[in-house]
Amino acid sequence: METLLSQLFAGLSLGSVLLLAALGLALTFGQMGVINMAHGEFMMAGAYTAFVIQGLLGDPGASLLVSLPLGFLVGGALGLLLEATLIHRMYRRPLDTLLVTWGVALVLQQVARDVFGAPNVDVAAPGWLSGAVTVGGLALPKTRLFILALAVVCIVALALVLRATPLGRRIRAVVQHRDLAEASGISSRATDRLTFFIGSGLAGVAGVALTLLGSVGPTLGTSYIVDAFLVVVAGGIGQIKGTVIAATALGLLQSFFEFSTTASVAKVLVFVVIVAFLQVRPQGLVSVRTRSLA
Amino acid sequence: MTGRTSTLTARLAVLARPGRARALAGFGLAAVLLMAVAPVLLSPFRLGLLGKFLCLAMVAVGIGLAWGRGGLLTLGQGVYFGLGAYLMAMHLKLADAGPGGVPDFMLLYGTGEVPGWWEPLRSPVVALALVVLVPAALAAVLGWAVFTRRVRGAYFAILSQALAAAFAILLIGQQQTTGGTNGLNGFRSFFGYDLADPVNQRMLYLIAAGVLIVMVVVARQLMVSRFGEVLVAVRDQEDRVRFLGYDPAAVKTAVYVVAAVMAAVGGALFVPIVGIISPADVGVVPSIGFLVGVAIGGRATLLGPVLGSVAVSWAQTTMSEQFPSGWIYLQGALFILVVAFLPGGLASLRTTLRRRRRPAREEEPGAPAPVSSDGPPAADLLPEGSRA
Amino acid sequence: MTTPEIDLAAADALLGDDTARFRHDYLEVRGLRVEFGGFVAVRDVDLTVTQGDLRFLIGPNGAGKTTLIDAVTGLVRAAAGSARFGGTELLGRATHRVARAGVGRTFQTASVFEELTVLQNLDIAAGARRGPATMLRRRRATPDAVEQAMETVGLTALRDVPAGVLAHGQKQWLEIGMLLVQDAHLLLLDEPVAGMTQAEREETGELLRRVGSQRVVVVVEHDMEFLRSYADSVTVMHQGRVLAEGTVAEVQQDPAVVEVYLGAPAGEPATATEGPA
Repeated sequence: METLLSQLFAGLSLGSVLLLAALGLALTFGQMGVINMAHGEFMMAGAYTAFVIQGLLGDPGASLLVSLPLGFLVGGALGLLLEATLIHRMYRRPLDTLLVTWGVALVLQQVARDVFGAPNVDVAAPGWLSGAVTVGGLALPKTRLFILALAVVCIVALALVLRATPLGRRIRAVVQHRDLAEASGISSRATDRLTFFIGSGLAGVAGVALTLLGSVGPTLGTSYIVDAFLVVVAGGIGQIKGTVIAATALGLLQSFFEFSTTASVAKVLVFVVIVAFLQVRPQGLVSVRTRSLA
Repeated sequence: MTGRTSTLTARLAVLARPGRARALAGFGLAAVLLMAVAPVLLSPFRLGLLGKFLCLAMVAVGIGLAWGRGGLLTLGQGVYFGLGAYLMAMHLKLADAGPGGVPDFMLLYGTGEVPGWWEPLRSPVVALALVVLVPAALAAVLGWAVFTRRVRGAYFAILSQALAAAFAILLIGQQQTTGGTNGLNGFRSFFGYDLADPVNQRMLYLIAAGVLIVMVVVARQLMVSRFGEVLVAVRDQEDRVRFLGYDPAAVKTAVYVVAAVMAAVGGALFVPIVGIISPADVGVVPSIGFLVGVAIGGRATLLGPVLGSVAVSWAQTTMSEQFPSGWIYLQGALFILVVAFLPGGLASLRTTLRRRRRPAREEEPGAPAPVSSDGPPAADLLPEGSRA
Repeated sequence: MTTPEIDLAAADALLGDDTARFRHDYLEVRGLRVEFGGFVAVRDVDLTVTQGDLRFLIGPNGAGKTTLIDAVTGLVRAAAGSARFGGTELLGRATHRVARAGVGRTFQTASVFEELTVLQNLDIAAGARRGPATMLRRRRATPDAVEQAMETVGLTALRDVPAGVLAHGQKQWLEIGMLLVQDAHLLLLDEPVAGMTQAEREETGELLRRVGSQRVVVVVEHDMEFLRSYADSVTVMHQGRVLAEGTVAEVQQDPAVVEVYLGAPAGEPATATEGPA
């Protein structure tokens, strides 16, 4: 029973990390159809932001609180730059966008290597996040709980933005019918940029959060990007709900497979499960049925 | 103008098109350079490097078919390259260990016993067959599974990439039986021939060059055949092809299997020529790396992928010796610039420039008329009288 | 180069003469229902079209005409009902199997393979039953059917031209030619004359009439003049149902049709000219 609960918690925790990584992608890939391979590098940029801020401020607690919004801005700014220089030319060529952003990812990794050095660096967690909370004989690390909470906050915030703000309405309008939205006076350019800003900003936040779990290196993003994309694909396009469910499910699966086999076999099994799942539901978990061909 | 004469002139025009003769001459010249000139001029070390590049170019030929012609952006060719390479490497390790022997690394990290699934690879015939059959079977099963369910475009790309990630992680995790991060290396002989002997090394190079030439010929046949035409049709309008009675999944699976086999053969020859195969050669990053050369050379052309791939491999080797970080910037920049601004690759440079220079594009004779909207039903269906 | 013209003699050669074979095909749709996430796009549709009866399918936007074709050809899944052609149930089959059962269709926007030539387009359409050995070889000679189809739709002179540069009307003719070489015995044409010139419409109409005498043909069309000139019979759809069916004259007199098209009961003054979307 206890092992089951601890596996459950490990799975949820992994799911929340995946969710943080995938949430921004769900927005840029799911809503805009842009495959941004540099998303992982935006996460890395967020993580290095936390590292720099801690160097400046010293106090881990204060720097974490400063880094979270700042990481959002750094990731968002990078995303904005990428959208404005390259991606906006390529909305009709999604596969080429994938390759171009992979090139961007390579460059960003090397920039990180040249600026911060190839070896990993560490960001100290604040004192109030050290240790664990014990619930029913189960020790839950506070950092993991913090990330879980952060993921929930991000989902709620994103859902609020999409549902309740004029920006959200514009995003949804452009997603559903670009030409019609433009005809009714919505600037799809401005909306695209804002969407991309928010999506990339979420990557930055995810990067800051990851500093609580381990050290920071130039290839931090690469290790998450594949999983994050799988989450979005399995979750289905255009619905944040699907992403949330898929991230949780994949986290739990990975954790339980790991428990019964090894980490590497678990990875392969998760992949097999996803391919099998797409056999049943090629559109992912949550999808809207339309009569369009595409 | 009657149909028959116009057909004839059109046929003649195709025959006399300078491109075809020039392409044939270029292909012949390249074959002579590879098979006769390079082995004489290059030092054994350089020849080995070129051999390695040719193995990587085999992967590129397959990618050119699958991606350029078939529209399948496969980001996981490292898996098939790796399968071919590891199967070959396992055979070489077993052969080096002698009948009933145990490969050195297993004595070091493993139980000191050869796992059951290694045993069939002791036979050279079985090993050669498996090098082709295992990747082909995996590609067939996986391709059929995803293509029949119409997983395509970006989704296919992401799945293929996840496959590469899973494969590399699996290899690293099974150190006792796959060599883990170190991979498999230290091969002494190749089907009984001493690998340290320069004569045998040259023979290996010639085999690689010959195999690559055969692959290019196969790729060409596939491109000009009816299959090649249907493949392009599937790439551009998959649904339309379906309504003509073809199953696009079968077409795509076929080309995916061909690409996988080409990658696997490249991997199998890579092993004796380079002397090592490790997860670093097969994971996510090298798998995408295979695409750079293809994109630069021209993904939909016959020789573009080969030339692009060899050029990129050469640039990588030369540059990373002197400026390791410079190469990464260059690779990134090439990806960005070529794919974003020259999607047809260098092969399309001339036409792209010509189009740029003449920006006032003359109205094409057959410019499509604006498509009429799903217009309102005309009220004039009704007899005149009822409209009052 | 001369303006391409429809060649009816070539069409006859291609279509063959079915009276000799005593073949009489028909499409029989019964109780067809299609839903999109709760929205019922087509409900309880019955439709019978026989060979020699050039059937037009009309109705306001959203009436379910294209969805009906989509369902018959396997593009969307039907929730209920059946659609039989030549003794074969079409519903539930994969699209390419529906096509192999002799069903061909065109789309609202002409969809041809733009990078391939006219000849290649037609050759692909003719070749779904080719075996691997033929597929892997290069095309040496042009198959007779392809040659005749090119003559039929007047594109012989443009055989080596990429389909992408054809004029709009020519693309639509090419699509019809593809249906003919595909050897489809049930042809579902979605707005085949949209965007065509008057002369092109007339030629297309004559060709469809010729095809309709030997094949089962259903045409979705908004052009009422075209309909009056060439339709043997008309089925009117509205809000997913069949509203009326009969000859052009019969349908025009139908009070329900009048109401839908004018938004008011027959006889009363009305201003609306557009049906409900």
